[in-house]
Amino acid sequence: MLKRVGYMLVTLFIIATATFFLMKTLPGTPFTNADRLNEQQLENMKAKYGLDQPVAIQYVRYLANLVQGDLGMSFKFMGRSVNEVIFERIGPSALIGFQALIVGTFVGLGLGVVSALRHNSIWDYTSVTLAVLGMSIPSFVFAALLQYYLGLKWGLLPPALWKGYEYTILPTLALSVTVIATVARFIRTEMLDVISQDYVMTARAKGLSETGVIVKHVLRNALIPVVTMLGPLAVNIMTGTLVIEKIFSVPGLGEQFTLSIVVNDYSVIMGITLFYSLLFILMVFVVDILYGLLDPRISVRGAKAK
Amino acid sequence: MSAELGKNESTLVSQVHSHSSVFPPAEVTDDLFVHEPLDSRLQEQVSGQTVSVWKDAWRRLLKNRGTVIAMCIIVLITLLALIGPQLSGLPYDEQNLTFSNLPPKVAGLEWLGFDGKDAKGIDQYEARGITEHFWFGTDEFGRDLWTRVWKGTQISLTIALLAALLDLFIGVAYGGISAFYGGKIDNVMQRIIEVLVGIPNLIVIILFILILDPGIFSIVLAMIVTGWVGMARVVRGQMMQIKAQEFVLASRALGASNSRLIVKHLLPNAVGPILVTLMFTIPTAIFFEAFLSFIGLGLQPPLASLGVLIQDGYVSMRYFTYKLVFPGIVISALMISFNLLADGLRDALDPRMKK
Repeated sequence: MLKRVGYMLVTLFIIATATFFLMKTLPGTPFTNADRLNEQQLENMKAKYGLDQPVAIQYVRYLANLVQGDLGMSFKFMGRSVNEVIFERIGPSALIGFQALIVGTFVGLGLGVVSALRHNSIWDYTSVTLAVLGMSIPSFVFAALLQYYLGLKWGLLPPALWKGYEYTILPTLALSVTVIATVARFIRTEMLDVISQDYVMTARAKGLSETGVIVKHVLRNALIPVVTMLGPLAVNIMTGTLVIEKIFSVPGLGEQFTLSIVVNDYSVIMGITLFYSLLFILMVFVVDILYGLLDPRISVRGAKAK
Repeated sequence: MSAELGKNESTLVSQVHSHSSVFPPAEVTDDLFVHEPLDSRLQEQVSGQTVSVWKDAWRRLLKNRGTVIAMCIIVLITLLALIGPQLSGLPYDEQNLTFSNLPPKVAGLEWLGFDGKDAKGIDQYEARGITEHFWFGTDEFGRDLWTRVWKGTQISLTIALLAALLDLFIGVAYGGISAFYGGKIDNVMQRIIEVLVGIPNLIVIILFILILDPGIFSIVLAMIVTGWVGMARVVRGQMMQIKAQEFVLASRALGASNSRLIVKHLLPNAVGPILVTLMFTIPTAIFFEAFLSFIGLGLQPPLASLGVLIQDGYVSMRYFTYKLVFPGIVISALMISFNLLADGLRDALDPRMKK
């Protein structure tokens, strides 16, 4: 357990250091109108952001601030801290992310269960095909199609922007496609695996009803490994939000990230990078612990991450 | 020796009978034992037709209809990517503003929507008096989209293959060394991997693209920075398993050198999972390339990749849907096919699936 926390800290430290030095190697000044400023103004600006100090001192300061949870100031939006930017932007991203996770898990669960119970039937083939399509078609292609048909051509749902709940539906749908596909495939394999186990035969042999067997024995045991999917799914959704928020003009963290990339707002890029990494690392950690709790055969202390 | 063997063989039956009469013998003597004839030619004989692992896997692969279709699509798209740009006779980067924004038109395929009509139903070719036909239409600079789509596919495939191959080399070397030498070396190498796994690869890719100038090489480089880790883990896992098996011990006991062990025993037995991982790497790489281009970190114009084309098409999707549709179809078909092929390969190579 302690070892795991240690690894998390080492990983975070490496990411922080790497982003810092990568950003230092970037060409040009980080200021918007650098060519319009004279020598003195540039000096003042640099002094304000501490850029006149040697790199080593900047690095130590940066780390010290980081430990206190301060990600620094934005270079492009005057007087706004990166923390503020993240805090403002996280809401919409979290909302569509969670919605997509919930919708995706339940729809995927349904598809997977139907697929496993009606193994090798037309239902199975349909849901397997849907899963392959969902996993393969890039989310931004799918999102663009959704926006074009549902939003623009048929006018069923607002195609973009963020003015009310109905504006969250299309981004959620677009994000949930990969989740649906991944969960459906996973559940199907797991259930087929469990159905052929001896204890299921025992349950049937002692005369339990078919629903009883499926719900109590098969589904329960098949669901345990789904927890391990949460990590990859979260990453998937994170990746997805970058493009999908851009497509649907959702004022979320992903949109801010792509925007910052376009305008070269290095401190915000760095901040969001670290924030995403932290989320990812915490997620993996929580999943490991959850899995250990659900399945006593696996212990976190074993530290053999698979 | 051989003569004696032959004699023994002929007297086998009588001897057995004569000894059994005085059973149990008071004393165990050499003549109680009969040499079994040894024919070295028969030692290796296998009754029935021999089928190599690969032939067997290939057969199972061909039985899977989805995989066969996927392979055909991959071959077709690859061929088109190679010869497609030459077919229309137009270069991918030549701008000609008189031909801008022409919808797709193919003689004989009008009923399929290749009729040269724009969103308002006007035949742009007639309206502008253009006799040439553009199969996939043209973009806002009048560049032929047929050429650009296949040129883009070519570049996307190149990036994906390069990334996958480099992943393969680094992953096999790293995983192999880690598993083969074991002990302290393995320990240190695994700790490094554990830290690397904790870093979301998308973040690494974006950071690297930011500091390198966008281009084919920098995209490949950014993708392999963390991409090889998956391959290294697969290789290590396989190697550890194989290393512990008796035939490796036997080979070692017979004096096989390390390099012979690796080349003759360890690698061939790990090829299956390596191949499957490689196959899954390709669609991932295609996706990442398109993804990067879509968020504005990809190749710079006039170079085209599928991602660049999708990004361009998306911008003008509302009025010129065809600009998005063609690259979208190609990338989806490629990703579906590679995923199906990888799935099929995994099933075909997994001996546990055999019945």
